[in-house]
Amino acid sequence: MIVKSKKFKSICPLKLSCGKVLDEYELTYETYGKLNKNKNNAVLVCHALSGNHHLAGRYSSADKYPGWWDNLIGPNKTLDTNKFFVIGINNLGGSDGSSGPKSINKKTNKPWGSKFPIATVEDWVNSHEALITSLNISKLSAVVGGSLGGMQAIQWAIKFPEKIKHAIVIAAAPNLTAQNIAFNEVARQSIITDPDFNKGNYYKKNKQPRRGLRIARMLGHITYLSDDVMDTKFGRKLKNKDYKYDFSTDFEIESYLNYQGDKFAKEFDANTYIRMTKALDYYDPASGSKISLSKIFKKIKSKFLVISFTSDWRFSPDRSKEIVKALLDNNIDVKYAEITAASGHDAFLMTEPRYHAILKSYFNKMLGNS
Amino acid sequence: MNLKKNNYRYDFPIIANWINPNSKVLDLGCGDGGLLNYLSQERSITGYGIEKNPDNWLKSLKAGINVLQVDLEAGLSEFEDDSFDVVILSKTIQSVHNTEEILNEMLRVGKQVIVTFPNFGYWRNRIQLIQGVMPRSKELPYSWFNTPNVHLCTIRDFDDLCKLNKYKIVDRLVLTDKKSVSLFPNMLGALALYNLVNR
Repeated sequence: MIVKSKKFKSICPLKLSCGKVLDEYELTYETYGKLNKNKNNAVLVCHALSGNHHLAGRYSSADKYPGWWDNLIGPNKTLDTNKFFVIGINNLGGSDGSSGPKSINKKTNKPWGSKFPIATVEDWVNSHEALITSLNISKLSAVVGGSLGGMQAIQWAIKFPEKIKHAIVIAAAPNLTAQNIAFNEVARQSIITDPDFNKGNYYKKNKQPRRGLRIARMLGHITYLSDDVMDTKFGRKLKNKDYKYDFSTDFEIESYLNYQGDKFAKEFDANTYIRMTKALDYYDPASGSKISLSKIFKKIKSKFLVISFTSDWRFSPDRSKEIVKALLDNNIDVKYAEITAASGHDAFLMTEPRYHAILKSYFNKMLGNS
Repeated sequence: MNLKKNNYRYDFPIIANWINPNSKVLDLGCGDGGLLNYLSQERSITGYGIEKNPDNWLKSLKAGINVLQVDLEAGLSEFEDDSFDVVILSKTIQSVHNTEEILNEMLRVGKQVIVTFPNFGYWRNRIQLIQGVMPRSKELPYSWFNTPNVHLCTIRDFDDLCKLNKYKIVDRLVLTDKKSVSLFPNMLGALALYNLVNR
């Protein structure tokens, strides 16, 4: 599947959670499949921390890698683009074409850098809605997302109850725990304290805070996997026959993490990374324990599919059950599955057969009812 | 969804009879969702099913059931007091470990509780035991070494448990081959159905 990115330009000012206003903004997005006559087959797929709008397919046949959720989305795949019109959007603050720290601030003609405001899940969903409306879609058949993407699906259901039929919330949580925020803070500190970070204004110098971003990614990677899967995959395997008795890499796991860190630091933008982690930390529709999630869910009209993975300790099944409980309190249609999987939080990107079978059946049911 | 005749279970109409139209129902161990679907057709109920077996879970999803993968043994903490009109435990009680706790939880969550189970005191079971083997039947299809059943009971056992815990029995029906049994039910009945209330 060869795909092409598109641009949505809004000149409607967008008021952000932080109080600042974006007078105009751009969103890069991709679509797959065709919007049907009744315009009731549109599925929005929201990306997580390090994702973007490029969900599936390749830009050319020479492209080495397809989009990040290509194992799920495409013709005859689990989310079948022969049947559904699938939309992926690069979130505000992203670095893949949407307005963000890397893009040019028209007022100064320079990259926004540190001046680009921190956008929240709420802001993203508001901007998604503007884009969806511009496509003449009045109601999404579903909003799908894993992790931070799942939070966006929840937010869609809360904010635009009339505009979403189904929310598919995978490996998500209604807010982050202290431990999760702590991991994010270590990631941010590693980036911010990199001498090349220069308070976020590093684009001109052509020097990226790669050391910091690399460490942030290595840390993230550890937490996305489970102890078990790391042990099975790497164990105590050595790169060479013996210990080297120096500080180069001895173990396979070290080499793997270094490779992943390097690769990521070359491709991803540090300013975007710290902003995405902030969006994660801030999301809390029930604002702590002040109001219950059940009360916030009162307005919801969409149906829910909630999925968690047994070995996911960053977004554990218990956190998904909190979402389910608040839905049950409001008599909302919900299906909940806990998938036995070894790969931790990352499992939501894998093709575990039961996981994909559930999604496939759910999507088929959606078609039958629309 | 149209129910095929072979999916249809003969105890469904009795359970439906005990349930008011438009009730909100929770079915613990909902299997393929057959009972909930039957009840939504016959009694316009809404509700949820709990199922932990992945194959059954998917069948329930395909049947359009609001199916939740929750571990019954851990209690029903996801559900508020009196949040359901009816909670059903159909042919499942024999395979749960914390029997009393689950019954208490059902009576906390539901105003009405329906429990059905194969009567271990049925004469055919007793004869097999006298012959020296663990009973097997249509209601008890497993061999002793692969059965999920851990808490099989007789009608008298269940009556005693209700008395001990002061469960209020509103109705009790005993069936053998789809026919109601009133004489020596603990001896002649294969399947027992109880209708309890929480106050």
